[in-house]
Amino acid sequence: MVQFSLPKNSKITTGKTWPKPEGASNVRKFKIYRWNPDDGKNPQVDTYFLDMDSCGPMVLDALIKIKNEIDPTLTFRRSCREGICGSCAMNIDGINTLACIYGMDEIKGDVAIYPLPHMPVVKDLIPDLTHFYAQHASIMPWLETKTNRPAKEWKQSIEDRKKLDGLYECVMCASCSTSCPSYWWNGDRYLGPAALLHAYRWIIDSRDEATGERLDNLEDPFKLYRCHTIMNCAKTCPKGLNPAKAIAHIKQMMVERAV
Amino acid sequence: MADVNRGNRPLSPFMIGPYYRPQMTSISSIMVRITGIATLLLALLVVWWLLAAATSEAGFAVIDGLLRSWFGTLVLLGATWALWYHMLGRLRHVIWDFGYCLDVPVSEKLGLGMFIGATVLTILTVLVV
Repeated sequence: MVQFSLPKNSKITTGKTWPKPEGASNVRKFKIYRWNPDDGKNPQVDTYFLDMDSCGPMVLDALIKIKNEIDPTLTFRRSCREGICGSCAMNIDGINTLACIYGMDEIKGDVAIYPLPHMPVVKDLIPDLTHFYAQHASIMPWLETKTNRPAKEWKQSIEDRKKLDGLYECVMCASCSTSCPSYWWNGDRYLGPAALLHAYRWIIDSRDEATGERLDNLEDPFKLYRCHTIMNCAKTCPKGLNPAKAIAHIKQMMVERAV
Repeated sequence: MADVNRGNRPLSPFMIGPYYRPQMTSISSIMVRITGIATLLLALLVVWWLLAAATSEAGFAVIDGLLRSWFGTLVLLGATWALWYHMLGRLRHVIWDFGYCLDVPVSEKLGLGMFIGATVLTILTVLVV
């Protein structure tokens, strides 16, 4: 359902302002979403100040610096610090992206950091992605074959392999799905851009032999057709992929097989 | 997520404006929806006008007077813009449905084109009518 405001337990309050670093000339202000499951309070936005002269260039560097030097309770996911694991996806400066590859110089003014939008929060910047992963699993993200297994490997021409470019690079960070207003409002039944991009990745794989079943599985007013080509997904993808285009191609294949 | 109870977890903020940056992608899309609803209301107004014309002279005078007042003119001007914008928005959907113009920079240019196009077409409509 269309929703324009947060439920009562999710309304955000003003949180703690942490002290400024002493003797620093190049100070930047960070406003960060905090929620602790153990204190029974509503989410709050804490304010931190960092000396940028002793901080790395990326948003993740700043988060780690805050955690190390100011507030060890600040909680967020991170792993590879080079945009390949997809763990540190969050809402930074009003868009969803990976903290590790988003430079602080791309942000004007204060740095606002929130968890991925319209998701249940586990703690601070960590959203619950259980449902998101379940949706990915539902599109059968594996090679499905019916013919006998070849002696060596399933071969693919160079041209057919090229069709997977722009699809296989997805790291499942959930930035796209949580930037999509349609996913915010119908995420329980609409699969969202990430799962649908993966669905298309297997549909057009020349080695896959379950194209019909895959399309049947998506032939649903919600699963696929809640995509209204808003294109927030493609706009925000930290890997520069275009889920909207993949979804449009699935819709085209639906029409092609019907006529 | 309603079926999974994992405690009293809050919903992270999402609203376009304060929490998600308004972008040409989302704004041009939501405007198609808004102008669609506005156009439906315009249709009701036109039906009222026609029904009143078919029933009584006094009833017709009320709605006709309303539509010809400065306020009515303003509403009709806005509705004309909405109708043009909505038409251009649907045209963009037709282009997309054929698989074209699905790259972000191109679709953003089309979005801007819808705002400019609707304004130009509204001015042309005013000049012609």
